[in-house]
Amino acid sequence: MRTLRAFFNDALREATQGSTAYHLWMAILTGLMCCGAWAYSIQLRDGMVVTGLHDHVSWGFYISNFTFLVGVAAAAVILVMPSYVLKDHDFHSAVLIGEAMAVAALIMAIAFVVVDVGGPARLWHLMPIVGVMNFPRSMLAWDILVLNGYLALNIGVPFYLLYSHWQGKEPDKRLYVPVVLLSIAWAVSLHLVTAFLYAGLPARPFWNSSLLGPRFLATAFTAGPALMIVVLTLIRRFGDYPVAKETIEKLSVVVTVAAQICAVMTISELFVEFYRNTHHGMSARYLFFGIGEKRALVPWIWSSIALTFTATGLLSLHRLRAKKPVLYLACAMLFVGILIEKGIGTIIPGFIPEPWGKIHEYSPTWVELVVALGIWSMGAFVFTVLAKVAIPIELGQLREREEETEADCLEGVSK
Amino acid sequence: MTESPFKILTDKPMDRRTAIGTVGGMLAAGLGVLQTSCSPMASAAEKEKAKLDWEAYFQGHFQAMTPAEKEATIQRLERSYELNTGNRIDVSAQGARENVLYGYAFNVSKCRGYMDCVKACIQENNQDRASGMAYIRIHELEKGSMNFEEASDDFFHQVPAAGHFYMGTQCFHCQNPPCVDVCPVKATWMEPDGIVVVDYNWCIGCRYCMAACPYDARRFNWADPLVPAEEVNPNQHYLGNRLRKKGVVEKCTFCVQRSRDGKNPACVEACPTGARVFGNLLDPNSEIRWILANKKVFRLKEDLGTEPKFWYYMD
Repeated sequence: MRTLRAFFNDALREATQGSTAYHLWMAILTGLMCCGAWAYSIQLRDGMVVTGLHDHVSWGFYISNFTFLVGVAAAAVILVMPSYVLKDHDFHSAVLIGEAMAVAALIMAIAFVVVDVGGPARLWHLMPIVGVMNFPRSMLAWDILVLNGYLALNIGVPFYLLYSHWQGKEPDKRLYVPVVLLSIAWAVSLHLVTAFLYAGLPARPFWNSSLLGPRFLATAFTAGPALMIVVLTLIRRFGDYPVAKETIEKLSVVVTVAAQICAVMTISELFVEFYRNTHHGMSARYLFFGIGEKRALVPWIWSSIALTFTATGLLSLHRLRAKKPVLYLACAMLFVGILIEKGIGTIIPGFIPEPWGKIHEYSPTWVELVVALGIWSMGAFVFTVLAKVAIPIELGQLREREEETEADCLEGVSK
Repeated sequence: MTESPFKILTDKPMDRRTAIGTVGGMLAAGLGVLQTSCSPMASAAEKEKAKLDWEAYFQGHFQAMTPAEKEATIQRLERSYELNTGNRIDVSAQGARENVLYGYAFNVSKCRGYMDCVKACIQENNQDRASGMAYIRIHELEKGSMNFEEASDDFFHQVPAAGHFYMGTQCFHCQNPPCVDVCPVKATWMEPDGIVVVDYNWCIGCRYCMAACPYDARRFNWADPLVPAEEVNPNQHYLGNRLRKKGVVEKCTFCVQRSRDGKNPACVEACPTGARVFGNLLDPNSEIRWILANKKVFRLKEDLGTEPKFWYYMD
């Protein structure tokens, strides 16, 4: 217990000390989080009428962000699997960073669901024993279980590894490898279950497709590692953390293959939606070309298509991919492109046209944007703290101090 | 019925955000009680109001309540309304009757788009006036097609318009309702008499049911609903037209407060053309059974397997 407290003391000290740049970064994030909290307080006071949502488009920007972030969280597995299972040491240094990213993404995803419900104070109705959970019928009940389980796994394993390293011990493989294997299966099911949330609704033909789940996975395994490449490069530059060149190279191959699969799936979906102009394709028609005067999503989806297809083309050429600036640019393009596609191009058109064929458009209000900004800042804050503590432990700079260990031993003897 | 708040805090695993939300909510509610009950300035009425709010917050799931708990819940609603407005309401929790399964039939030949049903529904069911909420939509379709995409549901001209016919949609009370399946907290369910209802106190406002409904039957309270005091229908049902708050979903309940009293829903009563028929599907002598047996009936979006208990027919 005492060692645990010392560990958290050390972690807290590490997280609260740093350069001016670090403090400035954290101050900016805190400020943005406060803005988000303030915007959310307006939503709590006046109701969700302050959002752009209405009875026809009843999910919007919040749920879109949720969907995208679940994908980012699921993609952490791409680093975990080779490192722990295939014993590929090139990935090793990046694993904890990937898991920190998963934790941050999950916390953001859960926050986006919480701000989207009309009665957040009544969320205890979801809890076991005191509440009622509609399991296994409701896919949302599944999603809550899968999200929280994945969060626990992604906190548990890195915590055990860091705690062992901090004590100067070698973590016991028999203890954590089975949990890692579980979390790999869990990551795939996490995003699949999130896709089933939408795909299981015959009321929304745009989502009611068996390709939705696989497509979610493909985009997640593109956007997640693309973000990892950018983040690892930043950490290598600012945090003198040695990230092997091979890690970035292998990740870039993952991104490339996943992006190519995404492109195939997009083309396949577009063919079905447009070849025979059926009612099933109404939402896609609205999304890509607009219906009549209503064409709010058209510029978004085409910019997403342009970004992702260009980036996929760049990455597919080995000579271009080997050039660092091209790689970073392509990764950023893919991340933004998929964020738009998941955010604006997947959730919102599912509601347009509404069940009786009317077009009621939606665009987020400033409240939604500021709340979202606050949540993204919270994610960045959580990630920074986790990385700030994990890196010195992994580098061996942060270790349990001798006196404390002695005190522990003495205490043990006296007992 | 009322759970100890501490039990929730200590026993239950929960994720961080939810925990913060719950503790925050309880703290806010608790502080309110504390503030009013400790303050010498607070009147007895304010203390009682705070106590009722506190109890309502920890109220359990309606279906799990004993008859005595249901009674207490209803008295709390009535007392709360009296304390807040000085007016009295009569809330019922009357259960489904034996051997009853409600069904509805809509005569496409007779409807002329007068919209009296819409107006009656809004008044009967205490729907939010500020946002113009309505459970019923009347679609004006051009003759020669039954394409709802081409229809208009916000027409302002003399009806019936030449060359057009009218069809009303509302909650179809599906026998296999997708909205009930998706609710994560079972806040919406089908009653034994076939009515799909919502417990407004249990609904968390996630709106998954709205996404799942293929008929646009559900409405959400985006803001605090507004019903002028003099227009409030005081004859209410816990699962029906009682006053809602912001952040919860609501819908047509076949006027459960009327139908379980042996009356027709307000829309049926208000229709001047007799286009609307409501009755017990299990009663072989009912008018609705006669229609099903003698008219060529059809339902909308039958291919989705929702089994609506709402049929259309023509003369």
